[in-house]
Amino acid sequence: MATKAKAELPEGASPQQPDAVPEAVPEAVPEAVVVRFAGDSGDGMQLTGGQFTLSTALAGNDLATFPDFPAEIRAPQGTLFGVSAFQINFGSTEIDTAGDAPDVLVAMNPAALKTNVGALKPGGLIIADTGEFNRRNLDKAKYETSPLEDGSLAKWQVLAFDISAQTIEAVKPFGLGNKEALRSKNMWTLGLALWMFDRPREPIHQWLRAKFKARPELADANIAALDAGHAYGETAELSGPLRQTHLPPVPTDPGLYRTITGAEAVSLGLVAGAQLADLPMFFGGYPITPASAILHHLARLKEYHVTTFQAEDEIAAICSAIGASYAGQLGVTSSSGPGIALKGEAMGLAIMTELPLVIVNSQRGGPSTGLPTKTEQSDLYQAVYGRNGDAPMPVIAARSPSDAFECAIEACRIAVEYMTPVMLLTDGYIANAAEPWKVPDPASYAPFPAQFLGAKNDGEHLLPYKRDNKGARPWIKPGTPGLMHRIGGIEKGQGTGHIDYSPDNHQAMTDARRDKVLGVAVPDQDVCIGAATGRLAVVGWGSTYGPIHQAVRRARAKGLEVSHIHVRHIWPMPGNLGDLLRGFEQVLVPEMNTGQFKTVLRDQFLVDARPLNKTSGQPFTIAELEAAIEEALG
Amino acid sequence: MNQMTPITTTLKDWETDQEVRWCPGCGDYAILKAVQRTLPQLGADPANTVFISGIGCSSRFPYYMETYGFHTIHGRAPAVATGVKLANPDLDVWLVTGDGDGLSIGGNHMLHVLRRNVNMQIMLFNNEIYGLTKGQASPTSRIGTRSPSTPVGSFDRPVNPCAFALGAGARFVARGFDVSKHLPDVLIAAHAHQGAAFIEIFQNCIVYNKDVFDGFAAPKGAEDKQLWLKQGEPMLFAGGAQGIALDRDGLCLKVVDVVAKEDGTPDWESAGVIVHDVTNRSIAHMLVEMPFGAFPMALGVLYDDPRPTFETAVAEERAKSTAGKKPDLAKLLGSGQTWTVNADEGHPA
Repeated sequence: MATKAKAELPEGASPQQPDAVPEAVPEAVPEAVVVRFAGDSGDGMQLTGGQFTLSTALAGNDLATFPDFPAEIRAPQGTLFGVSAFQINFGSTEIDTAGDAPDVLVAMNPAALKTNVGALKPGGLIIADTGEFNRRNLDKAKYETSPLEDGSLAKWQVLAFDISAQTIEAVKPFGLGNKEALRSKNMWTLGLALWMFDRPREPIHQWLRAKFKARPELADANIAALDAGHAYGETAELSGPLRQTHLPPVPTDPGLYRTITGAEAVSLGLVAGAQLADLPMFFGGYPITPASAILHHLARLKEYHVTTFQAEDEIAAICSAIGASYAGQLGVTSSSGPGIALKGEAMGLAIMTELPLVIVNSQRGGPSTGLPTKTEQSDLYQAVYGRNGDAPMPVIAARSPSDAFECAIEACRIAVEYMTPVMLLTDGYIANAAEPWKVPDPASYAPFPAQFLGAKNDGEHLLPYKRDNKGARPWIKPGTPGLMHRIGGIEKGQGTGHIDYSPDNHQAMTDARRDKVLGVAVPDQDVCIGAATGRLAVVGWGSTYGPIHQAVRRARAKGLEVSHIHVRHIWPMPGNLGDLLRGFEQVLVPEMNTGQFKTVLRDQFLVDARPLNKTSGQPFTIAELEAAIEEALG
Repeated sequence: MNQMTPITTTLKDWETDQEVRWCPGCGDYAILKAVQRTLPQLGADPANTVFISGIGCSSRFPYYMETYGFHTIHGRAPAVATGVKLANPDLDVWLVTGDGDGLSIGGNHMLHVLRRNVNMQIMLFNNEIYGLTKGQASPTSRIGTRSPSTPVGSFDRPVNPCAFALGAGARFVARGFDVSKHLPDVLIAAHAHQGAAFIEIFQNCIVYNKDVFDGFAAPKGAEDKQLWLKQGEPMLFAGGAQGIALDRDGLCLKVVDVVAKEDGTPDWESAGVIVHDVTNRSIAHMLVEMPFGAFPMALGVLYDDPRPTFETAVAEERAKSTAGKKPDLAKLLGSGQTWTVNADEGHPA
């Protein structure tokens, strides 16, 4: 959670004080618990997870979630590739990741068990619906014998019973058909989970009543299923592996909180950024996973002077945004890797015409179509270098869902103040993951109102490319009397903006574009945890923040001399970053790619940055990073 | 729309100080002059006028107009222009494109700007060749066009720009050619149309595809092959000696001979010549497909039947979805399912 992490900075910055966070000691009540709900994509696992998240937040635990769903909308029922899962990590301490290995796995069918059980902690609890473990479903999951009966699950605790039958029984009074009745299975399971972690049912009741307002009988049936699951927990308490655990709330800054996903945070941050710039926002988008959620959110916020435009393709999406910026609005476009590739030429146009533009890239596994619903950080080269010509562009990366709000505002600020396109990097994990967010006061952000040129700026003449002290040219809205001029993608003459291919001019303009972007004011790099010099710096960017943060905390608790540095400004980089990195004997760069940021760091600072790479479409686990830290310092 | 004070300008007011860089004798010069002559007649305001183009010879056009101008990237001008119009619907936008820019690399954007009906004038300069890249066959080149990329003659079938526009849902389709004295009238009609107005302008590339339109556009002797369409008037050409009639059995157009009446005027009624109705979409489809040869080239306003523009629809949707809503960012940020942590407890209330 961002607010907590910031609070640790002063402590972490002092080399004398060891990190005071204690290592978790084994005790009856764990510090944190990881639960994974897995089922068929039609089983409503994302909904179950979402509501469990809300109840967890209401109980005052810190949390992080990770939805993991198939790319197919309606994959054939019961198949291995149709499994949808939702993982939540929650506890009485600061939580930064969705957790490594689940303590509890809820498996609604054999396919869900097969694809998820490998991740379960040894000794962890499997809750399985025997009603779905029939021959047909076992075949689909490629089980020869039922794992619930053949002893293959011996290293875990298994609680298998007929959730399907229990659900049908619970909703019987409401006269639903079997098929419809079974759709409440997820609520039955949620009820059981609520009991296991001592959560109130009332907020879910309220939510169900609101959701099924038009069909109260469905609300009643789902509530009955939820209550039945809860009651099952109570009555089964004394038998078998099912136990109730109460995790006390984590101490938190006072204030108003909500849960937020990265896609929501980006949308709200863009709205806030446009407001701080005193500009209407134009958002040009094209449907693509996992970026579409931003288009969907903004489409409902028209009263905030937002225009959303679903363009005919990715290129039209960015070009329309450039057109809107040219006409005086804040142009924004958003996509994921393949779409960003298509937008490349237009980004060059925005760089050449020096118009403000925000480009959001919710990264996913690549190349090509790659892994549409899985996360990766492999568009860093594309963001920093991926255009024809010398085409410098500021790039910033959000580290968590809530941080995406701050980063979106920052992207708007840089775009408007420097008259430049800016790329904001998030990824599939950040876009979909939810975390508690302390609702900020919009008045606490310094405004950066856009200025439009109203009269000629060079005596009798207009110089559309006359630069201010930041190197930015004036923003001139078409429709302004007397300021008619032409811009375009052909090299511009210094000051005049006329077509100019001359050698000296191209040299000067290339330099001016480079210097403007390198001169973007970027705050000095801080150290998240640990000393500002030492044996090992773990340097991350983007969504690896959570696992790195926790791994470094744990390693420091064991007495290892390691620091965590997390870079938001990918381009230009903080001015002190080179010196900071040179203060460490070793620099380790964990990334969900094959080493892109590592290469940029080496290039910029000639430091011996070492890669730690993962491209499985899944986030790093804390354990993976802890092991790498121990190996580096071993 | 506010009633504007009429703006008085002359041709000179629309010329820039930039050196025009088209080949001497290029048809683009004539089109530039026609546009610069037309805008004063429209009472247009240079400060409120925006020329937006893609890439190619035609797309250099904005540099020569003393207005706002945006020379964008290859094929994408319709998308940029759509963003401009949505951000400021009051701007008078002219799109300049060519056969390669508008129908090859930018064909998709052309389709969508037309079907959305964004209010602008779209001038597609058709010279049936890629000029700026030195003469390759284009999507409108006739079969057999010899070019550096098609040394033994092109063999892919050409697209018909006006048929494409109608198919895409355009509500205004017109034709003219570079040196025609009627071109300003076509531009005036396009400007008067509220919505996307598509104008195909045949343009002579004197270097790579010289005189390819001479069949109907030659300076002398081709007038008989021009059918200038006028609303409410019979479709006559060749000085009234011929006309276009509808073959009702074959459901196609046919050329008929027209004899003169005693007073010397053509007796087109007897010949079955049809009267041009710019709102008749079916006839428009036939006119744009009229096979040149025995037939004349249909020129002027082929089709004009306005529908609400995209900007209007966007504004209406905005009004509907924001009715009664007041923007309150603090409230928006704190919306959804929230909880409060109290200062004394440090955990949820």
